[in-house]
Amino acid sequence: MSELVAVPVLLPLGAAGLSMAFGRFADVQRWLGLLVLGVIVVDAAVLLYFADVHGPLVLHLGGWAAPVGIALVADRLAALLLLISVIVMFAVLLYSIGQRITDYGRGTASTTFHPIYLVLCSGVSLAYLTGDLFNLFVAFEIMLASSYVLITRRTTANRVRAGMTYTIVSLSSSVLFLTMIGLVYAATGTVNLADLALEMGELPPAPVRALALLMVIVFGVKSAMVPLHFWLPDSYPNAPAPITAIFAALLTKVGIYAMIRTQILVFEREPSWPLMLTLAMATMIVGALGALAQNDLNRMLSFLLVSHIGFMLFGLGVYDIAGLTGVILYIVHHITVQATLFLVSGLITRYTGTVALSRMGGLAKISPLVAVLFAVPALSLAGVPPFSGFVAKLALLRAGVGVGTVWAQVATAVVVLTSLLTLYAVARVWSRAFWGQVREPEGDPDPSDELVVGTGDTSRGMVHATGVLVLSTVLVAVLAGPLAEVSQRAATDLITGEAYRAAVLGGGSGG
Amino acid sequence: MNTVNLTMAVVLGGLYATGFYLLLQRSLMRVLLGIVILGHGANLLLQLAGGSQAGRPPMLGDVPIGQMADPLPQAMALTAIVITFALTTFLLALAYRAWQLLGHDEVQDDVEDRRIRRLEAELAHADEETEQELDSEATR
Amino acid sequence: MTGAEPPEGWPNTGERTWFRSDAPAERWLLSGYSRDSRERTILLELIARVVFPTVLVFSLYLLFAGHYRSGGGFSGGLVAGQAFVLRYLAGGRLDDSSTVSMRPPVLIGTGLTIAVITGLVPVPFGGVVLESASFTFAVPVLGEIKIVSSLFLDVGVYLLIIGVVLDLLRTLGSGIEADIAEREGGRR
Repeated sequence: MSELVAVPVLLPLGAAGLSMAFGRFADVQRWLGLLVLGVIVVDAAVLLYFADVHGPLVLHLGGWAAPVGIALVADRLAALLLLISVIVMFAVLLYSIGQRITDYGRGTASTTFHPIYLVLCSGVSLAYLTGDLFNLFVAFEIMLASSYVLITRRTTANRVRAGMTYTIVSLSSSVLFLTMIGLVYAATGTVNLADLALEMGELPPAPVRALALLMVIVFGVKSAMVPLHFWLPDSYPNAPAPITAIFAALLTKVGIYAMIRTQILVFEREPSWPLMLTLAMATMIVGALGALAQNDLNRMLSFLLVSHIGFMLFGLGVYDIAGLTGVILYIVHHITVQATLFLVSGLITRYTGTVALSRMGGLAKISPLVAVLFAVPALSLAGVPPFSGFVAKLALLRAGVGVGTVWAQVATAVVVLTSLLTLYAVARVWSRAFWGQVREPEGDPDPSDELVVGTGDTSRGMVHATGVLVLSTVLVAVLAGPLAEVSQRAATDLITGEAYRAAVLGGGSGG
Repeated sequence: MNTVNLTMAVVLGGLYATGFYLLLQRSLMRVLLGIVILGHGANLLLQLAGGSQAGRPPMLGDVPIGQMADPLPQAMALTAIVITFALTTFLLALAYRAWQLLGHDEVQDDVEDRRIRRLEAELAHADEETEQELDSEATR
Repeated sequence: MTGAEPPEGWPNTGERTWFRSDAPAERWLLSGYSRDSRERTILLELIARVVFPTVLVFSLYLLFAGHYRSGGGFSGGLVAGQAFVLRYLAGGRLDDSSTVSMRPPVLIGTGLTIAVITGLVPVPFGGVVLESASFTFAVPVLGEIKIVSSLFLDVGVYLLIIGVVLDLLRTLGSGIEADIAEREGGRR
């Protein structure tokens, strides 16, 4: 049974090898990618079911027991996020296949895209499932290395800058990560997360605080927390739409996941964590104000992404079961919604030929379907009642008020304010791009130009993939009840940490 | 309680300082060197994290268990070296591509910075124009 | 000195000098078609020719020694990669592309697949993912041979690393040389 935990990590890696070896057969690559991701979706669903019913599933690789060996752990939190992430990866793969076929025809192969995409999937899965700090580092590197390749493919002059910013910032944070691991190992003699929690309790408070802060910084860079967010709006918008979608949906969330996992499992703390609440407020406000100042649709969405990272940090800052339930719900909602918005932005760009909001207009008349596809996730992001964002935001607000400290209540007020600013930002897109005079689509006179990118056809594959994601955001809202229950159980697991520790350290044989 | 060898601590400090200094440069080649040096620093730190008592190679059968060095930091450092190797080559390729496309390998300004500078230039230009208009009106 | 015409299939880049000599000295050098005579170093070419097979054999030794002594797939692969790097440095891009007939991505893909499959093999036999087992054979002349299943993982890694190094040579080495040649050709 526990072998299933290794599937999301090893299967895409092996498939990436095959996909690379069959680089000349475009259709083989496509079907292989879809098949593998499909299998992992099913696998993740099974993992979630088992983790929820029978407790965390642990696989000790090579039969070496933790804390010496490497353990893969699928508890409720990891399995839930894995499931959502892989569903989004599947839809985005469908979209990018559609885009590729529309632009270049069925026959041509894009030798590197599919293998790298699968490697990215493997890295994301490993980051969710790993039970030790060093493997978390390896997972981040797998994920980031493939993202470097994806963001710099077909480099044009302005993508080089984006790629440079992204790569250099990520690499510096990786070096910090490695340094942090060295210090943690020197202080405790272990890198296993479950074991670390026990060892940290025996250290004097000063080094523990220093290590916690170092972890906040390392994962803060990865998850674009203000003031470490500057690289994100600079790099993401320059990649092709499906790639931006997958980065925005997954990479920052994996950072948040790592932050939650390490802080809560390893360190002991009282509810309401002032440092994290402050950082959360800064992230929300800076992101939202940045979004309002943008004319470039993708840059605006990137700033909104930063601002909504703040919501998740807020939930972590509240630091009790209600807060964590909110965060988990919010991550699930935000992964689907953010990916959808970037995919829709890709569709919009293909109709208008530009990402400049000031040059768009009348899209609602040109394509009512795209208007609907944009409206649902946009309203959901802003947290308007029937959609998924509302459920998640409500959980966060209740947690913020419930914890009862002044700092948390100030932060709760900021959450409400940021929601309004988000609503204003997406309404601005709506009135500029979808209403108003119908504008002629713009051709691309200057490829190095950053705003006008040229129109293209949209194929049914692309629209369907976006549609699937929009439906899944609606589904998140419909299933809010059961999701909230699972999230609450996952949050309880996190706070107590008993089940996790017992599963990782107690098992031993791994069978 | 382990203590760290002073020489090693100084070397570590030197590596980190040099690395971060190079990281702050504009040329991508220097940034690359900075990251390589930082990587060495981090790997050395991992080695030191395993304890400072001189250990012999952790090979079962060759060396008594009591004299072995801690193998875990070595495994971690090896993995980190592999990763640094891969990413260094990637950055090299990127630097070459930048040089090919832009004629230099320098990191460019931030998009917002450039936008603000452009706005400033436009404003300055507009000011000049109004001044010229006023001048011409005055002379007329 | 004007060079002979390039052999069929090689691009005629004008100024480049192409050697196709049967003189014994040339046969000791690399595959015969090399870069501009001004860029050649005879000594390096000679040494590369002699050392190349030795380095490859040493890399195989490292690969097989891996489980119990120092070595392994990664270091073996890197050493083998160095052999190709040496050949590239001595012989240039044309020699490099003629050395290996397999495309690097295929090599990388095969290596990765072998490594992952090795990790999964124990599962049907009731083992744990990535578990290793050792087998001992008695081979007539050689005596007793002990093989550890993780050797196959190392073989995968070995192929992968060679593939990566060859890919680097192709893109960063010969790719850049080709760009430069193209630019020089375009300028004239």
